[in-house]
Amino acid sequence: MTAKPEMTASEIASAVARRKMSALDATEAALARIQQHDGVLNSFTDITADRARTKARAVDVDIAAGKPVGPLAGVPFAVKNLFDVAGLPTRAGSKINRDLAPAKRDAALIERMEAAGAVLVGALNMGEYAYDFTGENIHDGPSRNPHDTTRMSGGSSGGSGSAVGGALVPLALGSDTNGSIRVPSSFCGIFGLKPTYGRLSRARSFPFVASLDHLGPFARSVTDLALAYDVMQGSDADDAACTTRGLEPTLPLLANPVSDLRIAVAGGHFQKNVFPEAVEAVSRVAKALGATKVIDVPEASRARAAAYVITTTEGASLHLDRLRKRPNDFDPAVRDRLIAGAMVPAPLVDRAQKFRRWYRAQLAEIFKSVDVLLAPATPCTAPKLGQVNFNLDGVELPVRANIGIHTQPISFIGLPVVAVPVPLEPLPIGVQIICAPWREDIALRVAHALEKMGVVAASTPRGF
Amino acid sequence: MTKMEIKVTASKREPLDDYIDAVSKALALPLEEAWRPAVRANLEVSLRLARLVDEFALPDETEPAPIFTA
Repeated sequence: MTAKPEMTASEIASAVARRKMSALDATEAALARIQQHDGVLNSFTDITADRARTKARAVDVDIAAGKPVGPLAGVPFAVKNLFDVAGLPTRAGSKINRDLAPAKRDAALIERMEAAGAVLVGALNMGEYAYDFTGENIHDGPSRNPHDTTRMSGGSSGGSGSAVGGALVPLALGSDTNGSIRVPSSFCGIFGLKPTYGRLSRARSFPFVASLDHLGPFARSVTDLALAYDVMQGSDADDAACTTRGLEPTLPLLANPVSDLRIAVAGGHFQKNVFPEAVEAVSRVAKALGATKVIDVPEASRARAAAYVITTTEGASLHLDRLRKRPNDFDPAVRDRLIAGAMVPAPLVDRAQKFRRWYRAQLAEIFKSVDVLLAPATPCTAPKLGQVNFNLDGVELPVRANIGIHTQPISFIGLPVVAVPVPLEPLPIGVQIICAPWREDIALRVAHALEKMGVVAASTPRGF
Repeated sequence: MTKMEIKVTASKREPLDDYIDAVSKALALPLEEAWRPAVRANLEVSLRLARLVDEFALPDETEPAPIFTA
């Protein structure tokens, strides 16, 4: 069997485990696709071909010896370049971090993916220090949208969106502080999971905003998303925020019916500041699920404001020494935002953190009466690369600051979300399936039902 | 630099500039003049959004949630 680009991770793993295809063949196919398409997409910053071949051969040896292999045997994957990859400096989209010593050990999630048999093929482009919604990078160039290479991939996990959207790899990992998994998923037309805050270990990944940072997977099918998520679960003393809850596998629950779930559309803030395509996408998903109720999420605009304040100040604190010593080595736009963040008075940050607790209680109340909230993942389809402004609800606003307007109030309190791609023409757009804390299983189940109904899908871009 | 240029530069100073100068000094943060307009614009956005949070009354007993627990 030859590895085809449209093969999902679960199809590859199944073929490899049944010896219909070797892990090495699957790996070589991914490396060849990267070679063929990444000159245009610019999604990879590092290709770990030797390491990948060594790992793939080891998987094949285990299979030949009759040893048990994991559920991702031979599946190629790649990671946003803020994950530590042994032997590489963890650049986190920056110029400055390239001077760091090479990482000695892989990030915890890479170790867990490889323990399940997956094969790391490289590290992916991202916005500098993850302070980005566009996927543009002044040092490495922009990662490009596979549906229209003149458009943004979305940030900050732009390379992750671009690589999975272009089917260079079936799985990728990224991070989401304010929307950085959900935005590229939306723009590149793929599935993304931002789990509950604290669910997946962030050990040995470069941080941005400690109290908002999440890691999670991207995939072209919900089964693959659940598969990757399940193998990455588990507590980790190396991440202070990582949960001590036991494993809660989602894959066995995916096909359970969704008819018993109480599903509503998020109103208020989430129905404002949207282009018609975002309205259409939410409407299609709501209709398919029979969701007619609209629930206003109180003070979501203020939640977004508080997330913004916490982000800019914690981000500034993280980078204070680098701003002092190497200000000219930053992307100037990132540097100027961080310097301004260092100047926000402390009481305002404290109030944002207090508001966070209040807002969390409001959402907890809402989730007593519903299981799922639906909201746009982005206000629009992918803007043009370099686009500065767009017109939202009659107001001319900067693109960069407003792409995450619907994702920020959700990650602010760590709720789990699956971003599902609605394949509109000419460009796809995502919808957030939002659940109560620790209920990734429900979000994935709903996403799976929508996929089965044909309402959401990772469509293959023309030319790929 | 001519007198005219000095006058133009001085007239461009905004109310936030004294604060920006004081904080950059207090934090030992470098701030080149060319960066000032963008830093000021970003700070204005942050302060505008922070005001939205500031004006929302909360009980004195409200605890902050610096590390979010889901």
